[in-house]
Amino acid sequence: MVDEDIKLIGKDGIRRDGRKFDELRPITIEAGVLKRADGSAYLEWGENKVLAAVYGPREMHPRHAQNPSRAVVQARYNMAAFSVPDRKRPGPDRRSVEISKIMSEALEEIIFVEQFPRSSVDVFVEVLEASAGTRCAALTAASVALADAGIPMSDMISSCAAGKIDGQIVLDLGKKEDNFGEADVPLGMVTSSGKITLLQMDGNLTLDEYKKVMELAMNACREIYQIQREALKKRYSTSLEGYEDIEDTEEE
Amino acid sequence: MNEKKETKRELLLPGDLIVDEGVKPGRGTFKRGGKIYAATLGVKTVRSGYVNIAAQSGRYDPKRGDRVIGTVTDVNSSIWMVDLNAPFPAVLHVNDVPWRVEFGDTKRYIDVGDAILVKISNVDELKKIQISMDEEGLRKLNNGQVIEIAPSQVPRVIGRKGSMISMLKNYTDSRIFVGQNGRIWIDGPLEGQYIAVKAIQMIEEKAQVVGLTDAVEQFLKEETGKVLENKREDK
Repeated sequence: MVDEDIKLIGKDGIRRDGRKFDELRPITIEAGVLKRADGSAYLEWGENKVLAAVYGPREMHPRHAQNPSRAVVQARYNMAAFSVPDRKRPGPDRRSVEISKIMSEALEEIIFVEQFPRSSVDVFVEVLEASAGTRCAALTAASVALADAGIPMSDMISSCAAGKIDGQIVLDLGKKEDNFGEADVPLGMVTSSGKITLLQMDGNLTLDEYKKVMELAMNACREIYQIQREALKKRYSTSLEGYEDIEDTEEE
Repeated sequence: MNEKKETKRELLLPGDLIVDEGVKPGRGTFKRGGKIYAATLGVKTVRSGYVNIAAQSGRYDPKRGDRVIGTVTDVNSSIWMVDLNAPFPAVLHVNDVPWRVEFGDTKRYIDVGDAILVKISNVDELKKIQISMDEEGLRKLNNGQVIEIAPSQVPRVIGRKGSMISMLKNYTDSRIFVGQNGRIWIDGPLEGQYIAVKAIQMIEEKAQVVGLTDAVEQFLKEETGKVLENKREDK
């Protein structure tokens, strides 16, 4: 290890930021924060701050990239230059291109893409402040933004990471834990069906450890799913007060 | 329908199970493993055996028979390409306009940028939209202005049995047409147009307020200084 002195878990089992092994950082989500986007969400997850915007489904350009039988999901993960302590060189790099790709593929699983031939659903996620676990934060926010955009989909995706630090399995690694820990496993899950749409691993785990990590992360996803639901309900509950069933109204 | 207002409806999110018995899946729903789920964020309505989710957000979903306002984006010798604010472009063919257009003479009638009032005559399984202008009331919109609101708020602007829209027209002396795609055409004296736009923006912002019609009427009275006797049927 780079720094032998760093102890990530104290003798009492409490982590550096005061959390227990199975505790998430505090998460707050707000849906519908951008007026000009079809759907949007702002999420804070510990020190992470991400903003997600969804446009579409809309006619896809360039036209040669259209798929005649389904919609193309184009997610873009981007880190702001000021999102990390040392300035991040702006623009797509190896890492953000990778995250954009896995996010697109994860979101494609839930969106009814076959209802929108030749069109695209564009998801933009800007990471304003980063402190480990941004891909999970980005995917969680993107999922809320998609629901806010009224896009037909089979479910929502919740995402969370778990890993191993100081030989112990813990949930939702923080910055230091991510840098000096032994393993980090981000997971994206369709909560109701338990279907996994994103899974990566950095570091090594034994099979037993892996099973523990998965259990921990999947339980956390269920918790996050409730936060996502609350955010959407909060956004739309006021618009349902005195909701009257006015439909089939002819005009002029 | 008047007595069952003020009931707070439950909001369904994508993937939520719909528990109703003996209904068929309609708009905004999907069926999986014999059960019906919500596909979009919205409110449940049951109509003639079908359960639908009335979306609370999102783009315009083109339906056959809808009257909409489109803007022309491209012209060639026998068709106009029209943007309806939908996920797909629409095609208006020379045979579907009220004039006899010579081949290649399309630009003389409707040009790029023009706003037109059309009806959706067909949406096929490939989501190709055909529109028509060859029907009573459909035309090119020459004067006035077009504003946009969220398609989910269109029923609000029209109001029950058209109460809201007729009130707007009466107070502002404007001609107003609300397209199902959320585009609204307003024509009339400039002052009236201005007030109508402000009133519609108010409706969109405060759609949730109970007694919205009265609030808008109050606003219109103040702005126009007009007093019209209450001819509305409800209340």
